[in-house]
Amino acid sequence: MKRELPLLLTAIIGLFMILSFFVPNHLVSVPADFLQQCAVIMVAFGYVLGGANALQANLESIARRQQDWPYKIVLVVSLVGTVAIGIAEGRQWQDSDRISMFLYNQVYSPMQGTMFALLAFYIASAAFRAFRIRTVEAGLLAVAALIVMLGRVPVGDAATNWLPEPLHLGVMQDWIMNVPQNAAKRAILIGAAMGVMATGLRVILGIERSYLGGGD
Amino acid sequence: MRRGTPSWLFALVLTSLLCAAPAVQAQAEPPAAPRPPSGLMFADIPDDAGSAVKLDWRLSPDDSAGVGVVTGYVLERGDSPVGPWTLVDSLLARTSTTVDNRIKRNHAYFYRITAYGPGGTTPALASAGPAIGRESWFNSTRTSVLVFLVVFFLLVLYYMSAAQGGKKPFVRRLAGIDAIEEAIGRATEMGRPVLYVPGIQDIDEIQTVAALVILESVARMTARYETPIRVPVAYPIPFTIAQEMVKSGYVNAGRPEAYEPDSVSFVSPEQFAYAAKLSGIMLRDKPAAHLFMGSFYGESLLLAETGFATGAIQVAGTANVHQLPFFVVACDYTLIGEELFAASAYLSGEPRLVGGLKGADVLKLLIIVTILVGCVLETFGHHGLTQWMQTQ
Repeated sequence: MKRELPLLLTAIIGLFMILSFFVPNHLVSVPADFLQQCAVIMVAFGYVLGGANALQANLESIARRQQDWPYKIVLVVSLVGTVAIGIAEGRQWQDSDRISMFLYNQVYSPMQGTMFALLAFYIASAAFRAFRIRTVEAGLLAVAALIVMLGRVPVGDAATNWLPEPLHLGVMQDWIMNVPQNAAKRAILIGAAMGVMATGLRVILGIERSYLGGGD
Repeated sequence: MRRGTPSWLFALVLTSLLCAAPAVQAQAEPPAAPRPPSGLMFADIPDDAGSAVKLDWRLSPDDSAGVGVVTGYVLERGDSPVGPWTLVDSLLARTSTTVDNRIKRNHAYFYRITAYGPGGTTPALASAGPAIGRESWFNSTRTSVLVFLVVFFLLVLYYMSAAQGGKKPFVRRLAGIDAIEEAIGRATEMGRPVLYVPGIQDIDEIQTVAALVILESVARMTARYETPIRVPVAYPIPFTIAQEMVKSGYVNAGRPEAYEPDSVSFVSPEQFAYAAKLSGIMLRDKPAAHLFMGSFYGESLLLAETGFATGAIQVAGTANVHQLPFFVVACDYTLIGEELFAASAYLSGEPRLVGGLKGADVLKLLIIVTILVGCVLETFGHHGLTQWMQTQ
């Protein structure tokens, strides 16, 4: 029963949500909206579980003086402090003079920006490896990438202005992006959509049931 | 005129005053209000929940480009032909159609429209109504989706039952999926853990579901090989499911006692906080195998490049097309698009799941044929199939 009931609920709700895609009538659309709101509320409760796990795991590491435990103190203090300040400030936490907004603007955003900025260096090293020409395919990739990169900046187009129009780098990069690139991308997307449908069907029909755990 | 004042200056001032006089007179005269628009028509929007009505009208005769007599139109709605009226929308000049999508289903409304400009507003000619938004039982613009969905479901069910009856279809091996076991074997030899990353999206993303399903098979392998697994998860609901998956894998491998509850941990739904934590795990714990399965965004390259720098064997799988190039460059093997969704069938070898793959392949063939037929029909000027495939 522990497994059958969730499977039955999954099947009923899954099929109902598919039905709501085709039936706009309020008898279907209103309960479907309600179910989606329920999902949002359930996710909110899930954060309590997540927070509890983060606290438990890090407090244990601190207690056992595991490797890098002082950093975990910073994490726990930040977690508890941010939540406490947010609760104390209530619904006005988004006002510009609040501590929550100060933490968001002066701590959180710069840290996010720093991590994101690292991408530039990672892209450089990844591009270096990607464009090493070892095979014919890698050579084609490098040539296509060179055309696209040069064609997207004014200097590339200006340098080839003296050639017939189809050979302008700007025109060539447009063709590469609109024809072969788009065709490949759409093929992947169509395939992925099949996979999405197949996975959804397997879950709805209860064929894929490992998410219910190993116990009976 | 006083002595000393030049006569030419007096003449200039007088001329200026005379010239300015008509302009002053014109400013004093208020401009006329624009004549009202006419022919207000309404029509229920089909295939919806009865929440919208389309409205069309003929422009005010004074509404011509560049004239400026009409600044815009005011559309109002009421429950009776005489009001009271509620503002629906204020529209720019030269607009002759709009959709009111904030109405109650099966409720009668009356509409009126007026034009306004610098000269004011003229009363509307008449109201139009009753306009009723009727709700539909079926969105006919989605017929093509329904047809393909039913065909897909029937194909998958047929091949699943055929596979269950002993006709297990042939599926070619995928290097990326074979590499998962190879990576776990390598981690075992090196005595280091396996890092499994189920993407950075919540459970409402189907790629996360697929990643969690694969996790069960991966956990079964790590249990068999007696290799620790680390699963940092970005969202709380996938976190609890991941715990169940890993536990399930250990139970199915016959080693429930080896399951460590701490092997699955909640990190943060924040993209770069999650990436920072994972980079820390890669650099400090040095897992020998990194498996990235699921939905990834800007952090994909941060993770894959950091992992590459540690020398770990890396296998990635995602349907996020824009992240695929990063994984292809930085990982040893990449599952592209649908291969991610097929991975659980490959790994488990369960006949019904493998049968499902065959059904998806047949539908893919059908879609290719439909695309080719569509191209031919469009080339010869027949748009029926294209229109049938368009959805709203």
